Formats: sequence, structure tokens, C-alpha cells
Amino acid sequence: MRTWSFWCVGACDGGDAMPIIMILYYVISAYIAALLIWNFIQEKKSVNNMILYLLVLIPLILRLLRIR
Amino acid sequence: MAEEWKIKLVMIFIVVIFMVPASIQFYSHRHYRIPIVAGPGVSKVTKLSEYSKGLRRTMAETNVFFLEGKEEGGKALIIANTHSNEPSALLTALVFIENAVVDKGTLIIIPCFNNSGSRNTKPGDGYPLYFEIPTEWGRKKFRMGNRNAAPLDQWPDPDVYIHYPDRQLLSYIDVRNTNRTWPGRPNGPLMEKVTYGAMQIMRKEKVDIAFDIHGAETMFPVTNCIVAPEKSMRIATMTSLTVKAKEGFDNHVEPSPSGFRGLSHREIGDYSDTLPFLLEAPIPFLDQPTGPKTEKLLLDGKDPFLLSLSKKKKLFVPYDETGWPMAKRVGQHCSVVLEIMHQYSRKFPERAIRVRNVPRYAEVVKNGVGHYFHNPEKVDKDDIYYN
Repeated sequence: MRTWSFWCVGACDGGDAMPIIMILYYVISAYIAALLIWNFIQEKKSVNNMILYLLVLIPLILRLLRIR
Repeated sequence: MAEEWKIKLVMIFIVVIFMVPASIQFYSHRHYRIPIVAGPGVSKVTKLSEYSKGLRRTMAETNVFFLEGKEEGGKALIIANTHSNEPSALLTALVFIENAVVDKGTLIIIPCFNNSGSRNTKPGDGYPLYFEIPTEWGRKKFRMGNRNAAPLDQWPDPDVYIHYPDRQLLSYIDVRNTNRTWPGRPNGPLMEKVTYGAMQIMRKEKVDIAFDIHGAETMFPVTNCIVAPEKSMRIATMTSLTVKAKEGFDNHVEPSPSGFRGLSHREIGDYSDTLPFLLEAPIPFLDQPTGPKTEKLLLDGKDPFLLSLSKKKKLFVPYDETGWPMAKRVGQHCSVVLEIMHQYSRKFPERAIRVRNVPRYAEVVKNGVGHYFHNPEKVDKDDIYYN
């Protein structure tokens, strides 16, 4: 089971170093990422839109995984 | 399987193909640790969070090396990697940490001041993730960082950064720039906590002189110089004249602007008794009109486009086919730091700082920077610190 500390490595190992606004931005990112994934799944025809959803999703995923 | 899902799976596969290797590289870079060998002069190593508690267990936490002399005297602080894409600063700090012996006074060195920035990169500008310095025992590998702290450690950026305490409006990105967040505060954004830690070192340890080591573009007028506020100006001028006369390199003096807030050479002087000096050496790698941003350009500073611009007198430093090699930049920094300490000691003999075993300009140019680094595999493990 990965702990909160694992996902926050670097920014907030102590759990209290990540300011509330940063946590809110992660929540917003997760919400937008979920919307994009949902739109990608729902898209039936437009290949352009599918590519668009995936490209926009990349930075959000990298941020949520705390890679970039 | 529906046709649309075949297309989607191919797309996902292509994205993953590019994303996974890149992610592994970014992650490895962020977590790569540079071994620093504590030399014979190092008497104590502590953390910056000892002076700014908000840094504890964050990626902005960094090592602070103390080199204490047997005889009491003045104290000097060397800050390197304020901007982690100006690596001559880090290399200069390591030359001091691994070699310097202090006879009188105390030398305090923070080799990786913006530790978060050193774990960030700039892929849009094609920055290499690492660079290597050849030594007599192999190649020593360093992270190539970025100017600003990683957004992973301090996010989000504001629309405008309102400087504390002067409330001057600065660019949004400067909230992650440790040369705009001085003097800092204990409960501000992470980078303000970093600069606050250094201010606390200066106040608590009663530091006499502070060096903030940088590099600047050859097309930028504030390059190859010492930036000093009014109270440091006399010593900076004497240093500039002395290194020109004795060692043969130019290092002019630039006045610290009093209306531009957040810079180390301004705020350290205004908010403590310490005399600040900001040292700049040219770094062609950071100029905009260059060829690819390769490790080679970073280390030798040779670029045909800059050479062409130099012939048209568009650069602020002398530039020829020899470029601006790293040894020349590190050598200049070593000499200027030593000369400023010498000039300060002459003026205030009771607060003198005497350091030996640090090479000067000509020696570093002759021997190369790597000559002054020790093999971490051949020293006692207790003498190795990671940043």
C-alpha cells in the first residue's frame, strides 16, 4: 500500500509541507484529467478530438504522478 | 472490437511509447544525488532547515558546509546554484569544499542553494539532463538544473509575484527564483523559506561577507562582473583592479540597483550587517542565438553564432575561437572570492578570513576543474555528503 508520503515525495514528506492551495490544484488537475479521459472514451468519430484529449492529458498525468 | 477502439488503442500506445521513457529520465534526473567529498577543512555539515524550519523534509532542503579555522576571525558565506543552470557556481563551491583549509575565521558554503531548481530541467530549450567533468580518476557527473525551482515543489505560480516585504510587482515566475525572493520569510512560499534560511545564517552566525555566485549570457551587460551595493563597492572595486593587474582577467563592477527588489546583492545588504557580492562569469550556453544546447557548449562555451556576433561587437565580453571554457569561469570565481576575502581582511584585520589550498585563476585554467575533485570511492564514506 503506497502511502501519502510516497506520492508526495520531495514536496511534502512530512505531510504538512504541501500548502492547501497546492493540494487544491492537484484535485483540480485530477478532475480535469478525469473529464478528458471520459471525453476520450465517449468520442466515437473525430480522430482529431481523440488526439487532442490525449495530448492535453499528458502534462496533467505527469503532474499527478509527480514526474514533471 | 469496434473500429474506434482500435484507433484509440493505437493512439494510447504511441503516447505511452513516448511518455514512459521520458518519465523515467525526468524521475531519474530529479532523484540523482551528487556526491560531495568533504575536504580537510570541513568541520561541520548541517542542513538549511536548521535556520528555516519550513524546509524540513522538502525538496528545497540542502546541505550547509562549515569550514572553521583554529583562529577566530571573520565569517564568509558562499552561496552557489542560486540558479542551477549556471553550473560554474556549483563547481566553484565544490572546489572550496573539497580543498580549502581555513586558518583564520569561518567559511560557510551552500553548494546547492536552490536544490529544487537543480532537480528541474528545461526540455523546451533542449537542456541536457546531466553534464560530466573529466577528472584524473574518471568523470564526475552532475545534474544540469534550471533557473527556477521545480513546480512539483512549489505550485501554483501566482499571476504576479508580490515581493515581500517591499510589495514590488515582479514576474509570476520569479516566485520560484531564489534571486528574487530575498530576504524571504519563514512562512512564505518555499523559495522565500530558502532565502530566509540564508538570511538567518547571516544574522545568527554574524557573517561578514556573502558571495552569491552566478553566470550570465555574453549578450547581457551584467556579465563578467561583481555586482555590489554601496556598502560593498569599495572592496569590489579594489578586487576588480587587483585581479586585472595581478591575474590578467577583466571583472568590472556593477552597482546594485536600489529600486529592483528581491535580489541577493540588494536585500542581504539592506536586511543584515553582511556585505554582499554577486559574482557573474559569462556562460555562452544561456545566450539565445546559439547552436544546439549541448553538454559540449555548456562546458567549452564555443559557438559559431556567438563568434560571428562577437566580430560585429554585439557581445559584452571578449570572445574568440577558444570560447569560454568552464575552467576559465570557475577559475575567475575562485580568484575573485579569494581576492574579496583578502581585501576585506586588509580592511578589517580583526575580522580577517584566511583560506589556503584553493587554486586561483591560472591554476584552474592550467589543470582543469576536475583536477580539484576527489574520488568518492577512495575516501571515507563519512566524508561524503549528497545533494
